[in-house]
Amino acid sequence: MTDLQPDLRQRPSDDRQATALPNDLTARELGRWAWRQLTSMRTALVLLLLLALASIPGSVIPQENIDSLAVSQWRDNHPRLAPTWDRLDLFNVYGSVWFSAIYILLMISLVGCIIPRLFVYARALRARPPKAPRHLSRLPESTSYTTDEDPDAVLARAARVVRGRRFRVHYVAGESDAVAAERGHLREAGNLVFHLAVIVVLVGVAAGSLFGYKGGVILLNGDDYGFSNNLTQYDDFAPGALFDPDVMEPFSFSITDFDVDWLTEGKRAGMAREFVASLDYRTEPGGATKSYDLKVNHPLSIGGTDVFLIGHGYAPVITIRDGEGEVTKSGPVVFLPTNAQTFESFGVVKAPFARPEQIGLEGALYPTFAMGRDADGNLTMPASVWGDALDPLISMSLWTGDLGLQDGSASSVYVLDKAGATQVTKPNGQPFRMDLRPGESATLPDGLGSVTFEGLQRWNKIQISRTPGKLVALTGVVLALLGLLGSLFVRPRRMWVRARRQDDGTTLVEVARLDRSSGGDPEDGAAELAEVVAALQDPTGGSSTITKEDES
Amino acid sequence: MTDAQWEVFSYQGVIAAAVLYFLAMLAYFFELATLRTSAKEEVAVGAAAPGGGSGTTAVEQPAGTSRRSEVAGRLGLVLTAFAVMVHFVALVARGLAADPNRVPWGNMYEFTIAGTFVVALIFVLSTLRLDIEWLGPLVTTFVVAALMAAFLGLDDAVLPLPDALNSPWLVIHVVSAVISTGAFTLGALLSGLYLAKSRSSATTGYLARVPEPKVLDRLAYRMHAFGFPVWTFAVLITGPIWAHQAWGAYWNWDPKEVWAFITWVVYAAYLHARATAGWRGRNAAVLALVGAATLWFNFIGINFFSSSSQHSYAEGAAPETSVVLGLAGPVETTQEVGVVVGADHPRA
Repeated sequence: MTDLQPDLRQRPSDDRQATALPNDLTARELGRWAWRQLTSMRTALVLLLLLALASIPGSVIPQENIDSLAVSQWRDNHPRLAPTWDRLDLFNVYGSVWFSAIYILLMISLVGCIIPRLFVYARALRARPPKAPRHLSRLPESTSYTTDEDPDAVLARAARVVRGRRFRVHYVAGESDAVAAERGHLREAGNLVFHLAVIVVLVGVAAGSLFGYKGGVILLNGDDYGFSNNLTQYDDFAPGALFDPDVMEPFSFSITDFDVDWLTEGKRAGMAREFVASLDYRTEPGGATKSYDLKVNHPLSIGGTDVFLIGHGYAPVITIRDGEGEVTKSGPVVFLPTNAQTFESFGVVKAPFARPEQIGLEGALYPTFAMGRDADGNLTMPASVWGDALDPLISMSLWTGDLGLQDGSASSVYVLDKAGATQVTKPNGQPFRMDLRPGESATLPDGLGSVTFEGLQRWNKIQISRTPGKLVALTGVVLALLGLLGSLFVRPRRMWVRARRQDDGTTLVEVARLDRSSGGDPEDGAAELAEVVAALQDPTGGSSTITKEDES
Repeated sequence: MTDAQWEVFSYQGVIAAAVLYFLAMLAYFFELATLRTSAKEEVAVGAAAPGGGSGTTAVEQPAGTSRRSEVAGRLGLVLTAFAVMVHFVALVARGLAADPNRVPWGNMYEFTIAGTFVVALIFVLSTLRLDIEWLGPLVTTFVVAALMAAFLGLDDAVLPLPDALNSPWLVIHVVSAVISTGAFTLGALLSGLYLAKSRSSATTGYLARVPEPKVLDRLAYRMHAFGFPVWTFAVLITGPIWAHQAWGAYWNWDPKEVWAFITWVVYAAYLHARATAGWRGRNAAVLALVGAATLWFNFIGINFFSSSSQHSYAEGAAPETSVVLGLAGPVETTQEVGVVVGADHPRA
């Protein structure tokens, strides 16, 4: 093979390769060299592999923004490693400096690679198909035959035939002894679209994480309990770095009803399905009230904000009267499920203004109460056997003293601060406990008052998120996919037909084809070549010999 | 038929298909064995007669023994094709066994029997257009092994879908994941063969029968070029759309998502490597194998080893060890109140 072929085979991606460090270094030279290194394909490849490698720790080590509970457990279990992990940002891999560094370098490399290729492509679009190489027979896919026809007639027909095959053709009669043709520019177009679309996706994703927010709220069912979309109403709220509260849409909603279907038979008995929260919502204060059935896989979109149903649970309605007979606490208290199947839940009730002493309750709710039994049939721990509230029971212990609510510091409504509180005990020293079914009351010892379990309410966990740029990201990925299809399946190729009068008066016709894609099928190439030759010979028919060279 | 009957029928179908694949595998092995003896004879003849028997004669079979091996090869392909049909019936029956009827890829067992079906189907369809029948022994061995593993290790009853999985995206998302998994698996077989073949100078045996490394590389590329856009569609388009609907965020860095992304990046690197000087051939083939390893680790490893993945199949373990809300949901939104969502993991 001559040195012709590597040149012809060269694809734009090969243009940019890492080069040796120049010896005579000026700052400018060094900069050029560094830029060439960064934008070389080899560097891009290494960065891609680094990106894959760098993603792994985040799937193994618990992540702060995904499961902070697991992170704190991990910290407790590995007190010596945790500080090191912290320094390396291993609890926040995808927001870490080193992870960002990799993908930012990758993007720079991509831009540096793509922009010059855009110009190359623009020139290639306007350029004529390249001239026929001198020795067509040296190309891997070539064939030749002799005929008595006039070379010009052969070439004119060749131009027609190849144009008919949707090639771009350059042939001016008399100017050259060959027809040059090319097709498949869409491959490189697809390639460019794919890489540019990656940038579009990144912009969309960045917009979402910078300007968006995600928050959650536990909302009791019933018209009395509403949510309106402003910061103070959220239980948890995770804004992007550039989030502006003014963009929050002023909608409000309440949950009028919640339905759930408990499977009562089969291997998944006890599983809850078909959750439906009936929502009454307004898109703005004073607007018309609309209804929506909020379900899993069926979120509600209000403007650019999406509302999702992601959880449910029970809130016992509890009334506490203090030692002076005053109602000091009354209403539903959210209990958090501790078991997914049985919905056994844990909760805390605080009555800091009770007289003479503050009252704190802590305990469990069993939606369908039953005493557990061990292997010998002895009663063990109380338990819930079903998630549905068929026979609910709350079992609470009693605390009194300072519940830590007076000093004004923040405290969780789900945790009882026992630092200044003491547990009330029975005369025999056992902790005092009350087991109540709906409607039942218990009188508290020491003249503290009484507790009544009025009934059960439901609550739903609602997630609300605003992710600007998600359509940009989606458009980007779809564009990337289309570009990818073009870059993988369009086959760019060139064809040349040369016709020359030989000394014996016959005309030697050489036809050659050059596949410029990787992965092209040699059979397909041979077939195309054969079809073109057949079409060229068709009008004359008969007397010509075909020599087909070996594919090397 | 009742659901229970459909379920039994499906099991029987999978067993029948596995037996057929096994027979096909035996036929292919027999073909190889006859080729080996014929090649030995050929070498013996070549040694006796100077000038005969070059290194590649094993491919051009001598007339005497070629008939037996040809029949065995044909039989292998026919059996494989027949097994694919039975396999398909078993898959449909699995879907009909569920109440309500659904697509048969709700758990790992179902995903595996669907994935192996796609591997075998792509192979059989490829034989119509490509000269790829020599891949038969590897494909049937792989499918038999995977079906056995599915049967012994992953079997799970037909269960109703949890709410989070109950979506049209289950069909689109998982079917594209299954198809690309099949294509990538075949691609990995070819890339592995490429590596073995380019180191081997064997004149007998399976490797001698396999085409030139160049051809293997091209076929592997075509499998990957088919699989990659489908994987892109599954992982980066339908996955995020569905995740947004079911979990409220289109990308959660869930371990399954992370590994799907890693697989995507590795295959992207493979495609780039084939266009980079110094990376073509061997390095690219190694990348393809790495890609397949991440793909299968994601399918098997994450389901068994990660309890935090919302795609986890490790049911039973998760609900008991963690505090759970009944709906599938992103964990981060509940952490403030000290609750971890682990129930009703989507099982696809």
